[in-house]
Amino acid sequence: MSGAPVSSTSSRPAGRGVSWGLLRPQTLLVLFLLAVLLAPLVLSDFTVTLLNYVGLSALVALGLVLLTGIGGLTSFGQAAFVGLGAYTTAVLTAGTDLPPALAMLAGSPWLALLVGLLLTSVVAIVLGSVTLRLSGHYLPLGTMAWGISLYFLFGTTEMLGGHSGLSGIPPLELFGFPLTESRHYYYVVWLVVLVAVLTSRNLLDSREGRAIRALKGGRVMAEAMGIDTGRARMIIFVIAALHACTAGWLYAHLQRFVNPTPFGLHIGIEYLFMAVVGGAGHVWGALLGAGVITLLKQWLQDILPRLFGSAGNYEVIVFGLLMVLMLQRARDGLWPLLARLVPVRQEVKVIDPQAAPLPRKDQPPHGEVILQAREVTRRFGGLVANNAMSLEVRAGEILALIGPNGAGKSTMFNQLSGVDTPTSGEILFRGRAIAGLGARRIAALGMSRTFQHVKVLSRMSVLENVALGAHRRGQRGVLSAAWRLERAEEARLLRDAAAQVERVGLGEVMHDEAGSLALGQQRLLEIARALCSDPCLLLLDEPAAGLRLKEKQALAALLTRLRAEGMAVLLVEHDMDFVMGLVDRVVVMEFGQKIAEGLPEDIQSNPAVLEAYLGGVEA
Amino acid sequence: MDPSIMLFLAQDGITNGAIYTILALALVMVFAVTRIIFIPQGEFLAWGALSMATVEAGHVPGTLWVLLLAGGLVFVLDLWSQRQRRDRRALLRSAGWNVAYPLVLAGLLSLLPLAALPQAVQALLVMLVVVPLGPMLYRLAFQPLAEASVLVLLIVAVSIHFLLVGVGLLIFGPEGSRTQPFSEAQLELGSLLVGGHTLVVMAASLLLIGGLYLFFGRSLYGKALRATAVNRNGARLMGISPALAGRLTFLLAALIGVMAGLMFAPLSTVYYDSGFLVGLKGFVAAIIGGLGSYPLAAGGALLVGLLESFSSFWASAFKDVLVFTLILPVLMARSILSHGVEDDE
Repeated sequence: MSGAPVSSTSSRPAGRGVSWGLLRPQTLLVLFLLAVLLAPLVLSDFTVTLLNYVGLSALVALGLVLLTGIGGLTSFGQAAFVGLGAYTTAVLTAGTDLPPALAMLAGSPWLALLVGLLLTSVVAIVLGSVTLRLSGHYLPLGTMAWGISLYFLFGTTEMLGGHSGLSGIPPLELFGFPLTESRHYYYVVWLVVLVAVLTSRNLLDSREGRAIRALKGGRVMAEAMGIDTGRARMIIFVIAALHACTAGWLYAHLQRFVNPTPFGLHIGIEYLFMAVVGGAGHVWGALLGAGVITLLKQWLQDILPRLFGSAGNYEVIVFGLLMVLMLQRARDGLWPLLARLVPVRQEVKVIDPQAAPLPRKDQPPHGEVILQAREVTRRFGGLVANNAMSLEVRAGEILALIGPNGAGKSTMFNQLSGVDTPTSGEILFRGRAIAGLGARRIAALGMSRTFQHVKVLSRMSVLENVALGAHRRGQRGVLSAAWRLERAEEARLLRDAAAQVERVGLGEVMHDEAGSLALGQQRLLEIARALCSDPCLLLLDEPAAGLRLKEKQALAALLTRLRAEGMAVLLVEHDMDFVMGLVDRVVVMEFGQKIAEGLPEDIQSNPAVLEAYLGGVEA
Repeated sequence: MDPSIMLFLAQDGITNGAIYTILALALVMVFAVTRIIFIPQGEFLAWGALSMATVEAGHVPGTLWVLLLAGGLVFVLDLWSQRQRRDRRALLRSAGWNVAYPLVLAGLLSLLPLAALPQAVQALLVMLVVVPLGPMLYRLAFQPLAEASVLVLLIVAVSIHFLLVGVGLLIFGPEGSRTQPFSEAQLELGSLLVGGHTLVVMAASLLLIGGLYLFFGRSLYGKALRATAVNRNGARLMGISPALAGRLTFLLAALIGVMAGLMFAPLSTVYYDSGFLVGLKGFVAAIIGGLGSYPLAAGGALLVGLLESFSSFWASAFKDVLVFTLILPVLMARSILSHGVEDDE
């Protein structure tokens, strides 16, 4: 599990609080921008051209950082999307004998960019809907296959000029000024790259961005927080494709000629190399990787024939060797190594106490039946894990589900929370049948849960982890996040998240990485995250496991307070002291069945329960 | 299309399909045991085929130099990793396999009249040279990364593919080769002429599949590999070394790759970089099988072979487009059948 530390404001420096005297990230950014701005004035023509290509590759690699490094989806097919962008503009601006439908759109590179982006979106959505629902390793293989398909298609289609390609693409014009010189074109390329970098960074540091960062290793949790992870995957897939398409469009007008070669599978693989070498989890890694690989290749092509003669293809040998060695030494890429050398002060997220509180759902009246399970049975083959289990939870009540190991508590918990579907029986949540509805939709109805094996994103801060719970309480989408138009909503979300963090007593560690917390604290984090979704029913799976006595007392006090506010709580727990002093009613399970139900004091003296826990007396 | 053409195309498709089948089996196996998506599988095919062509021409294959070099590197690496606690026996074993064996083989190859040897002996020599490169490759490239993510392993696999293609160009040159078929016989079945080589390919594939079945079902090492595939940590706790499992898997994968190359080279001219596309077709087959099911992968391979041979008749320019697009409906079907959300590792 790793939510990548993309946002500079997302985590504190290693030495807590020691931030004075270090460089501000803004200072570095300004220095970098200055360098980009001044580079063409001092560098040779050749180098500027090289930098143009670095920029184009960086754009594609940036899409891969989102897709692969952060979203965990690997694509070898990005070069094909680059090809789509390049060929679209080539056909529309340089093609002859266009069919009338296309001729309408022909002539303008800018219109061609729009058409290319549209076309790419459609292709990406079709390909994505085919492959994205599958588990991890299909995507790379699938992308490999359609990467080859599209490449062959470019080479065999008459209208696209076959293997010899299309020439005569006009240069881009800005206000009637043709950009034929690479020095001028440089500014277009790098403007696009920088905009892409900044919008990507903005996106990742937002509500949608947190959902994206949860994709790698946190999908089950994210769905339980009401996040549509399928949609989030599609979003980054399309964004990566659009980045690639834009790079292709820029390429076509830089080169003024296209043929299939630069869009083949091998180039697609090279883009992935760039992302991985740079550091696939880091937005700036894309730039670094693109630079390193482009320059390295150039240098190898330059120097190796001089050393060994031009008989063989030494470049790929050395290149492959360097890649293997680098991955054996630095798996996470070069950016983290570089970042360690530069003492950057990392700033903590600011919580705005003035932000308007988020709207809350109407809480059901005290005593209303919120959750009702009727005769729920779950079979796994011949094994009956839950047999005709019935229970109900009311608003303002804490119900404990207890039982010895293997009694079927967790299975029951999974049926109630929508992770699993009962074989038969009915589950009603506020009068609505929810069996088989899926965790995400159930979460939307106002049920929230924690996990027996904690599921936190260890590289994200405690605050951001908790804010995931509030996902459904915000609406602003990807575009407004990319351009920072959702800051008001973001402030409200963070304020609520911060309030929940304080409420469970984690205020001290709010900005620390979640992975650095003790297990007990991570359990509290999960409760805060669940509370952040504004539920009326909390399902807690062994919340007291791993907590120290003080923490248990604090947790009990918190749950008592929630109960007083009208919250319904169902908890599965082993710790009898904790349960008996806290809850209103107890349901006891053994061998998949309910063997007792009642007040804690009655349960403690119930003979069936005693037998289940302590073993029967031989009669 | 008359029936005789159809039968001919079907036969062609099944022959190629048999080769894709064994490649697909190797890919499924390597992924299951080591989580490596084994892109360089195709290079073993090409190296096997081209080494055979060199031996047929009476020369020592360039893969021998690679074997000597790789063996030396492995030994140095073993020596380095043993610098703390010198395990004499392990080092001796390493020296034997990685230094002595390639040297003996080199002596043998330089003494034997290669061109005059029977074809089966030539094939055996090729296997003796190329197959040990599999475990050496695992030791050098993958063993230090055994715990890395699937993505990192995949990138390493692709880098190795690049590296091996470059080396292939160096030792075999840019010219393609085609080798002698293992049998020139022609069998007449009604109106259909069945080539002897087709029968050899079918028989060898079936033998290999049967052999793998027995190996995985009956032998202790086979069971150890299966255990590693099911649960790496559990297998390790039972004393199965992941490094051994990896090297053994790569040995089998290299064996399968070389055999595929020996069978493929008489059917079609092989160049130093031909392996990639052939290997990818094995991938398409393996994906059809969901990277987990051996019988489905075999079925997928036959489908790929048939689709390829029929589409080369109807629309030869789009042959490869069709084969690689086949994957989309398959993935679509899998995607519709799959439900629920899982955490990736």
